[in-house]
Amino acid sequence: MSENLVEISKMSFQHENGRTVFKDVDITIPRGKITAVMGPSGTGKTTLLRLIGGQLTPTQGKVLVDGQLIHKLNRNDLYQLRKRMGMLFQSGGLFTHLSVYENVAFPLREHTRLSESMIHTLVLMKLQMVGLRGAAHLMPTELSGGMARRVALARAIGLDPKLIMYDEPFTGQDPISLGVLVKLIRTLNDALGLTSIIVSHDVKETLSIADYVYIISDRQIIGQGTPESISQNSSLQLQQFIQGLPDGPVPFDYPAPLLQQDFLERTDK
Amino acid sequence: MLSQRFIESLVGLFLIFALIALSVLAFKVSGLTSLFPSASYDVTANFDEIGGLKVRAPVKIGGVQIGEVSKIMLDPVTFKAVVTLHIEKQYNDIPDDSSVTILTAGLLGDNYVAVTPMYSKTALKSGSQILYTNSAMVLEKLIGQLIYKIGNGSGDKSSDKHQGSE
Amino acid sequence: MISRLAAVGAWGIDNLRDIGKAGILFYRVLISPPNIRKGFPLVMQQIYVEGVLSLLIIVVSSLFIGMVLALQGYHTLAKFGASQELGPLVALSVARELGPVVTAILFAGRAGSAVTAEIALMKATEQLSSMEMMAVDPLRRVISPRFWGGFISMPLLTMIFNATAIYGAYLVGVKWLGLDAGVFWSNMQSSVEFQADIINGIWKSVVFGMAVTLIAVVQGYSAEPTSAGIATATTRSVVYSSLAVLGLDFVLTAMMIGSW
Repeated sequence: MSENLVEISKMSFQHENGRTVFKDVDITIPRGKITAVMGPSGTGKTTLLRLIGGQLTPTQGKVLVDGQLIHKLNRNDLYQLRKRMGMLFQSGGLFTHLSVYENVAFPLREHTRLSESMIHTLVLMKLQMVGLRGAAHLMPTELSGGMARRVALARAIGLDPKLIMYDEPFTGQDPISLGVLVKLIRTLNDALGLTSIIVSHDVKETLSIADYVYIISDRQIIGQGTPESISQNSSLQLQQFIQGLPDGPVPFDYPAPLLQQDFLERTDK
Repeated sequence: MLSQRFIESLVGLFLIFALIALSVLAFKVSGLTSLFPSASYDVTANFDEIGGLKVRAPVKIGGVQIGEVSKIMLDPVTFKAVVTLHIEKQYNDIPDDSSVTILTAGLLGDNYVAVTPMYSKTALKSGSQILYTNSAMVLEKLIGQLIYKIGNGSGDKSSDKHQGSE
Repeated sequence: MISRLAAVGAWGIDNLRDIGKAGILFYRVLISPPNIRKGFPLVMQQIYVEGVLSLLIIVVSSLFIGMVLALQGYHTLAKFGASQELGPLVALSVARELGPVVTAILFAGRAGSAVTAEIALMKATEQLSSMEMMAVDPLRRVISPRFWGGFISMPLLTMIFNATAIYGAYLVGVKWLGLDAGVFWSNMQSSVEFQADIINGIWKSVVFGMAVTLIAVVQGYSAEPTSAGIATATTRSVVYSSLAVLGLDFVLTAMMIGSW
């Protein structure tokens, strides 16, 4: 059993329309730890999760999950591997026609033949872990955003996966929900022995619980390390991102012709 | 969401409605008398002219349907139409010297085969051939004959007016 | 000029690619039928949603269509003194053409659009992705049951349509316009053949069912995950289905015309 649950080596990925998202990227995700992948919007962080989950195939390089090349597996093996992974989507991805209880029970019903009473116990246990046992009978449309995400989290840990991936879990949450989520991610990771990957651009929250951080920008990894070493890193690019400076290596102004030219043209007409 | 049981019963009801509809369509609308093709035997008859007779046209005795036309072929030697009649087994004592005619249902209706039973003691069997046949009346020929008769009756004019199409 | 030609070419290739994707989806839906234990209740549920819940519109429409057909038919036939042929007129029109075609178009509008919207919305809210990541094949769980539900419901709805329309014609022709019931039914029975007319009509509805449900499912699955995308997919599903039904009707009628 290798120390790293996920190993991405020399991976490049290009979309069908030609846009390169990653070029020669190396990422390792150690077991039992929380690894964060951060970067400006649109750098392909969600694409990375889909590559790890086997929904996309890299144009070059390897993606090894638990020792297996996930993009080369056939359908059955892929599904077997996916049962040991959980993914939390940005919008929760709850099934709107099922109640909270049924949503959390879904993976159990699909992949196991446990009796109803066992499922009942397990579902309530998972809901208790996220603090929503009392909401079991509600429908997803009746939940707030934060609660929906917690239910999705309960569903994602339904089969006791080894790896859990969070796609922008902190985006758009109020301070209390943020606090709840941060606590949950850390506690679950440690209590259940999970390996967590958080994809986010919320610097403060992510750095507070991550064990290791990768920062991706412009198809490359521009920085990696523990949260302390990242905050002290002197690279301009990193510092602009970490501190949220409006101008720097990523410019404020979108490329445009000279100011005088633009204004003059208008007065000419 | 309604319970699974309830949904299944509703689907079952739906299925039953559809089957009832189908049986109504079968029996009341199309007059299906039995789902299974009844036992029958085949006899043939040769005609000079079958007019508009089609396959599946009814075969009747005295207006009561006893079977249907199953095949129409041309004999390559005699150039007569060989019509195969499919007759239900229950009508198995039709005298074998009966005659068949092709009639029209109503004035402008479809053609059908009418069997006129005679007096022989032996009955038609599978494969028998009916020897006494009367061809269908083609309207044009009838008109031609009529005009010919009228023409002849009123003097010497008419050979040109002979409209018969042979 | 050249760029316009290139644009036409690109449009053609895009359409071809879409048809190819639809074909692949069709193939995958056919070869991955919902498995018996888990899938059967799913298909049941879809038959309920697509079939049973469409009964209202089908029955009401067919009743009115039958009644109107009888009304119009009677007045025209009466001019030729042929009002006793009203039975065959209605029965043959409904069984051969109106039944399968109108049912299919109504079904496309009601159930087809609902299926498209549902699948498109599930795609947009990442429900299908979540299913995939939970190692559940969305094709088996979501798409295939909806396809089979529609495929099974269509012929059943058509049978009910046919019967109700003819009943509507009976109500108008016999009860209101005063035709003789015996003549009505017996003329109908002698003109309508079970094998050639009724069963052929039902074959048509089977083919239409396949086409309509396939188009609905494909449009939903390939919709853009935006609100505009869902709207486009839904309207496309109804329009394409209706056109496909009419086109297929011509082809099938031409093929079946021999026995008529």
